[in-house]
Amino acid sequence: MSLDTNTALAIIGMALATYLTRIAGLWLGRLAGVKGRARSAMDALPPAVLMAVIAPTVLATGLAETIAAGITVIAAFRLPLLVAAAAGVASVVALRSIIG
Amino acid sequence: MPVLIATAPIAVLFGTLAVAKGLSPFEVWLMSATVFAGALQFVAIDQWADPIPLGLLVFTALVVNVRHVLMTASLGRSMTGFSGPTRYAAMFFLSDEAWAFAERRARDASLTPAYYFGIGVSMWLVWTSSSLLGAVIGRGLGDPSAYGFNFAFSAVFICILVGFWSNWRTGVVLACSGGVSAVVYLFVPGAWYIMAGAFAGVAAAAALHAEIDEQKTDGVMPS
Repeated sequence: MSLDTNTALAIIGMALATYLTRIAGLWLGRLAGVKGRARSAMDALPPAVLMAVIAPTVLATGLAETIAAGITVIAAFRLPLLVAAAAGVASVVALRSIIG
Repeated sequence: MPVLIATAPIAVLFGTLAVAKGLSPFEVWLMSATVFAGALQFVAIDQWADPIPLGLLVFTALVVNVRHVLMTASLGRSMTGFSGPTRYAAMFFLSDEAWAFAERRARDASLTPAYYFGIGVSMWLVWTSSSLLGAVIGRGLGDPSAYGFNFAFSAVFICILVGFWSNWRTGVVLACSGGVSAVVYLFVPGAWYIMAGAFAGVAAAAALHAEIDEQKTDGVMPS
């Protein structure tokens, strides 16, 4: 059982930030009815963040990663999450060995 | 419940990836137990580096989980049977899944603490025990890139993103986010590409919304 101080701080910081987002809703009850442009913007946050996280790997690393990402997208529309993710990982391994 | 069964392997994968980034199994468990937010934990492990980017991780936690503000604002209205402290305890166990079930329950019947905590705590137990299991398995696997595991983050995120797909607007949001992120990644050092891409995607969503709004105003709503 090992625990690094900085790791512990990062975990606690993330835990507090996450808990804050969960209790903030209790204080800001009227946000439940948020509509219009602000709602669209907030709804777009999670996918926009996820896309921004993976874009360097998917678009700017190599051909194998880009093709494997395309295969994963197609698989994800048809298969359960884990199967599709496994297909993506398998295809990147195969493509790296072909493309080099 | 199927949702519990679906959660377990995702948590195992998280644990495996986290030890590959240098976390100990205890640290993996601690993160799952205290943060308890799947998407954020994957993003955080992807950002994990030496030295640990503490500020970036906390900021990322706020950005990725900001949806919880809306979710709990909505759920809070159905929590009339919860005492003050119980509400705050309940919020700790919030997950997308628990929220969805609780909202559905609240539509047909009254939401009781027993129902809510039943789902919330079960999810917590499955998430923490499965990520610990993944961490222990992961330690025996060695170099993750040999198995293409370093691509696993992207593969999981792509699958989650596909779940967010609703129409062409989603495509524009993702194109703006991904395009800006990749360009910033190539030309600006550091992890600014995440913020830049996320901002571009959100801005696109806001801009597209204005268009829908105008159509609605023209056709139906007198404004």
